[in-house]
Amino acid sequence: MLIQANNLTKSFVNDEIVTPVLNGLTFNIGQGEFVAIMGPSGSGKSTLMHILGLLDRPTAGQYFFEDREATKLDDDELAGLRNRKIGFVFQSFNLLPRTTVLENVMLPLTYAKPKEAPESRAKRILESVGLGHRLNYFTNKISGGEKQRVAIARALVNDPAVIFADEPTGNLDSKSGVQIMEILQRLNNSGNTIVLVTHEAYTSEHAKRIIQIKDGLIVNDYEVKHRRLAQDGEMLK
Amino acid sequence: MIEFCEQCFKTSIGALLANKGRSFLTMLGIIIGVSAVIVIMAVGAGAQSLIINQVKSLGTNIIGILPGASEDVGPPVSIMGIVITTLTYEDGLALNDKKNVPNIVDLVAYYKGMGNVSWGANSYDTNLSGTTVGYLNVEGGEVDTGRFFTKEEETNLAKVAVLGSTVKKELFGESDPIGQRIKIKKHTLEVIGVMKAKGTVAFQNNDDQVFIPLKTMQKLIAGVNHVSMMRLKIDSEENTDRAMLDVKTTLRERHDISDQSGLSDDFTVRSSVEAMAMITTITDALKFFLVAIAAMSLLVGGIGIMNIMLVSVSERTREIGLRKAVGANNKNIMLQFLLEAIIITLSGGTIGVIVGSLMAVLIWLLANFLGYNWDLSISLLSITLALAVSVSVGLIFGLYPARKASRLLPVEALRHE
Repeated sequence: MLIQANNLTKSFVNDEIVTPVLNGLTFNIGQGEFVAIMGPSGSGKSTLMHILGLLDRPTAGQYFFEDREATKLDDDELAGLRNRKIGFVFQSFNLLPRTTVLENVMLPLTYAKPKEAPESRAKRILESVGLGHRLNYFTNKISGGEKQRVAIARALVNDPAVIFADEPTGNLDSKSGVQIMEILQRLNNSGNTIVLVTHEAYTSEHAKRIIQIKDGLIVNDYEVKHRRLAQDGEMLK
Repeated sequence: MIEFCEQCFKTSIGALLANKGRSFLTMLGIIIGVSAVIVIMAVGAGAQSLIINQVKSLGTNIIGILPGASEDVGPPVSIMGIVITTLTYEDGLALNDKKNVPNIVDLVAYYKGMGNVSWGANSYDTNLSGTTVGYLNVEGGEVDTGRFFTKEEETNLAKVAVLGSTVKKELFGESDPIGQRIKIKKHTLEVIGVMKAKGTVAFQNNDDQVFIPLKTMQKLIAGVNHVSMMRLKIDSEENTDRAMLDVKTTLRERHDISDQSGLSDDFTVRSSVEAMAMITTITDALKFFLVAIAAMSLLVGGIGIMNIMLVSVSERTREIGLRKAVGANNKNIMLQFLLEAIIITLSGGTIGVIVGSLMAVLIWLLANFLGYNWDLSISLLSITLALAVSVSVGLIFGLYPARKASRLLPVEALRHE
């Protein structure tokens, strides 16, 4: 199993006041799934994504990533797993300023053991998200939709086991948002596992499965019956 | 790894270029510190060369004899104002004999004092140098007009005097002093010559004195029987040790000192070679003291770098978070920020070396223009030292900010606004 969460709990302590955020979540995500974690703001969905993405550690409970207990790994092992197995797409893009599109996409490769020529790999992936003509543009010179596509290319460059997308369309106009969802669906169709975090029911319906969260608890976990297809906004089936 | 470093290097350069003004101000501390070290080392070496060249111009083949014993480390007692009367003109005659000191070229004996010299209504306080004819040979004095006194006049109490150029100017102005009579104490002396200006050499003004035959000075003016100093010139610097031993042996024999260890000596023999070594030791100490002060500014520059690096870390917290999210481990982040600090200090150090060297050359040109015998010395040592110190400053003061950056939690760094 790719992801196994077992009674995950997370609480933050601030000035001795304990704020519980996740109150015991148990679920699995398998290879090739397209899961939307949906909930209102403050529901704990971003915190959950951070734990699943190995950026944060749970307060209690167990988390298995590819059957390895993540809670027992040290910082360097987690960094290595994030590098090889996980790709992130953030709402605010998080591209490096003053660097080119190509350099941004190559960034994860600089922390990895080289496989194939990093530059040609980064170029190929940028072409696959339709940015072959923007390779040497600086990241502050391209549009929001393009920035998010750069972020997706960066997430893909190490051929990860799972891509976490945190509100990837949140800062985009609807046309660019559709493009992003189209790419995510296409990636999923070709076998990539996608975990999408969103507060919009509309966006979540592009996934195959929705895990609904409220106040740190799973309130619903179901297969999407009428899946939206990003390409023309039509309902599937 | 090489690829990673290259990437780090590019990132660091990029970050530094993005804040050109700030990077430059940060570097300024290092630039000033390093150029100060270079300039001070160069000026120190230049000043040292100036002093040594002056001492050398007195001759490196000179042996000085002072009355009174001295500790190896301390000065002879005669310098402290204690009068010792054991050294005499006759000792000088014995030393100036190739049978006793085979390497001798010539010898000069002095009895010096201060006194008032007058000519008509003009009067002037100056140095009275009772001396011997050997002065011309040993000290390299040259007569401008008239003549120096003769070997006979040295001992026959002749009432003659030779003026230093300053004294001539003070007493006679433009008029011709040769043949005029001047008064020293109650004695009237005839001016027989004027010396050429020699200038100040090794802190001694050679022109502000009146030369009087030694015996005249001893018997008539001072009323003593001893000499206050002798200097002898030998054929070559290499024979210094041998000549010194000959001098000591001769003097011990004449003074009935059987102890050859030197502990019972009533005189002190010093060579210009020794003096040079001593001056070098003293000026070296001064030089390094100055460098130590200059190095302080490097420390201050280093603290400036730490400050800016801390600002940079907090400004780029999100970037650090992202790098960690895509797989950078703590070591990678640490290396990146350390490298940035080192690039700042190393480029600051390089600019400092260039600025400092230019300033040293400027000072060298100026000193030579003003007629000083000044050597240009920008040593490879000072450049290497300055660069090594600036890199270490970067390492030391970059360490804390880099550590702070590397320890940021990825999730908190990403959330940072």
